[in-house]
Amino acid sequence: MKMNGAQIFVESLKKEGVKVIFGLPGGVVLKIFDVLYDYKDPALVLTRHEQGAMHMAEGYAKATGKPGVVLVTSGPGMTNTVTGLADAYMDSVPLVVFTGQVSTNLIGNDAFQEADNVGISRPCTKYNYLVKDVNDLAQTIKEAFYIATTGRPGPVLVDIPKDVSMNQTEFNYPEKVYIRGYNPTYEGHKWQIKQAADAILKARRPIIYVGGGTVFSNAFEELREFADLTQIPVDMTLMALGSFPATHPLSLGMLGMHGSYASNMTIHHSDLIVAMGSRFDDRVTGKVSEFAPHAKIIHIDIDPTSIQKIMDVHIPIVGDVKCVLRELNQHLRTSVNGQRKEELKPWWNQIGEWQRKHPLTYTQEKNQKIKPQYMIDRLYQLTKDQNPIVATDVGQHQMWAAQHFKLDHPRTWLTSGGLGTMGFGFPAALGAQRAFPGRLVLGIVGDGSFQMNLQELATAMDHHLPVKIAIVNNGYHGMVRQWQDLFYNSRYSASCLGNCPDYVKLADAYGAIGLRATKPEEVDVVIKESLKIDKPVLIDFQVDPMENCYPMIPAGGANNEMILENPPELQNKEKEKTGAKKAGNGEKEGVLTA
Amino acid sequence: MEHIISVMVENKFGVLSRVAGLFSGRGFNIESLSVGPSMDPTVSMMTLVTRGDDRIVEQIIKQLNKLIDVIKVVDLTEGAFVARETVLIKINAKGEDRAEALRITDIFRARVIDSTPATYTIEVTGDTNKIDAIINLLRPLGIKDLIRTGRIAIAREEIKAAVQEKSPDKKRLELK
Ligand SMILES: Cc1ncc(C[n+]2csc(CCOP(=O)(O)OP(=O)(O)O)c2C)c(N)n1
Ligand SMILES: [Mg+2]
Repeated sequence: MKMNGAQIFVESLKKEGVKVIFGLPGGVVLKIFDVLYDYKDPALVLTRHEQGAMHMAEGYAKATGKPGVVLVTSGPGMTNTVTGLADAYMDSVPLVVFTGQVSTNLIGNDAFQEADNVGISRPCTKYNYLVKDVNDLAQTIKEAFYIATTGRPGPVLVDIPKDVSMNQTEFNYPEKVYIRGYNPTYEGHKWQIKQAADAILKARRPIIYVGGGTVFSNAFEELREFADLTQIPVDMTLMALGSFPATHPLSLGMLGMHGSYASNMTIHHSDLIVAMGSRFDDRVTGKVSEFAPHAKIIHIDIDPTSIQKIMDVHIPIVGDVKCVLRELNQHLRTSVNGQRKEELKPWWNQIGEWQRKHPLTYTQEKNQKIKPQYMIDRLYQLTKDQNPIVATDVGQHQMWAAQHFKLDHPRTWLTSGGLGTMGFGFPAALGAQRAFPGRLVLGIVGDGSFQMNLQELATAMDHHLPVKIAIVNNGYHGMVRQWQDLFYNSRYSASCLGNCPDYVKLADAYGAIGLRATKPEEVDVVIKESLKIDKPVLIDFQVDPMENCYPMIPAGGANNEMILENPPELQNKEKEKTGAKKAGNGEKEGVLTA
Repeated sequence: MEHIISVMVENKFGVLSRVAGLFSGRGFNIESLSVGPSMDPTVSMMTLVTRGDDRIVEQIIKQLNKLIDVIKVVDLTEGAFVARETVLIKINAKGEDRAEALRITDIFRARVIDSTPATYTIEVTGDTNKIDAIINLLRPLGIKDLIRTGRIAIAREEIKAAVQEKSPDKKRLELK
């Protein structure tokens, strides 16, 4: 059947099983939006900013494992997607992003709203296309989805000129794709896997170091079995949280810059690291030359460039974590004996000592300001039975959420790790809520970060996305202030947020619900209240503005050199000015509901 | 150490910028890059000359392989290979210098491809040593202009260069 490009676009998306498109229209994509007008499936979510659309698609993709789809116009529409592209590229999020382009005869003429979309996005996409002929459109879309979702996933951009969306051709959706330069390896090398199994059984101080790739590979059961069989402690990166149950006795929680004392000490003193779907990021290794000095490394990753990039690896295994673990478990099932617990007892005793020495704790005094750790802990305690999806922004609140919100289920953690994109959390929560209308989706967001994409409150209302957004309102770019405390003599250059909106009124202005807690005893009350409301809710938690996040490994420090609390000069300062300066809305009494 | 890497790529627009962008974006050193069509019209061949320690070169090769438009990468330096470069050199050549220029051209089995009363343009092909040598000899005459192609290289037949094949097509995901 003959169709125009816009129809081919929509029909191709249907073939790919796309249910939702996040986007915002403009001149050169009007034909496509016009065709979409007649469709319920895929449905369109109109966002208020293209960056919002990108993070929604990321949230959707991370929560579901399916590719997120975005449709925006040329020029500024495309340039507004760049942060999301870079974010998705860093965190290996499968996205297919369609951008409009000026007509093929105008390309290169500096036409109205023309931008070199393919040129701009090249370094922050896994691959990108400019479709010059409507006859190539279906094939290109097929390839785009294939590339985005296979191997190490990532964002793919498809640039569609206006005339391509108008021109007609026969629609034939290809069944298969073959790209000769693209053949990701899934099965690991058998001999290497055997070597790994031997090394694992020999090690006496082993550690599993799990990264985000384990999530994309859906290797949860395999990881669980691997850990149970071998009794090896599990360290997770920020990106991996949820891939192994945080409350499992073998879990040591997050490692790295703000990881737990025990997780960092364990990896530092280990004799064998089993790395999977992780890439030895500098936020994990700290000073590379002093990272795990006694350890042999087994590294499982689907992306060969991740292996041997930072660290010397003794047993590299290129492959999909799920496939490799399956094979590895098969070896281990026959070779582990009942002695594992006994063999690793001294190691676990040592780890237990570290855990007891510096657990992740906080103190909340009744008559003091709300401690951010306390409110996150309460949010966790009061919602954990509902298996919520948790989205965060970037900053202190993100790290506290990673430390205190104990996730036991995969694909419940939406955070921007590699790029560290403020403004990610709220739209990501909306994307996940759009995918799972019936589930509890929480945002734990920073007051600074939230203000970067708060326009999406309108999208939340339009599409009835009843997310519960907890604003950890410290009146600061808290993480910046913390670095200034520690490394810049507490000179708070541009970290105080000065004038902030009244978040309760803000919610009200959009027709959402705003709640506020200013005292510890109000925390539970507002959380419980929010859970009863079937609408988007913003909760303004006015927390202690001076709280700092520990443990912390200073950038470039070694993993066994953690700062565990405020250094003395900061502690004295804290005592001097009781009731430290608070930005934003003053001390409103009681619990306000809009 | 210097590495000469032969890269087989899709003959599509934008491929050169993907390769160039990889080098600039990751701070890899690139000494020369030459591209041309191959016997297969859908494929182009690139010869890349780069420098770096083992870890960096390993990364370069892996990163090249990761590019979707790259079909095959071979580090020629791991085996026996021949490399050649062509240079066009325009020199001042008046009076007695003209004879000297022709003599040098002759010694290096180079060719004069253009001539005016005051200049010669000389074409020379060879390995790096030969090219450097002729440039050094011609320099005293006064080099007006010089252009080099960058090296192209090919593995010797008898001793196969170590081939960094892309991961074999073992377990392709069956598409729904
Ligand atoms: C888009 C963007 N700009 C700047 C930064 C640098 N940065 C990292 S954390 C941070 C402060 C975040 O403040 P807030 O969202 O209030 O979180 P808090 O640390 O206070 O919990 C800044 C500015 C960033 N990560 N992203
Ligand atoms: Mg803040």
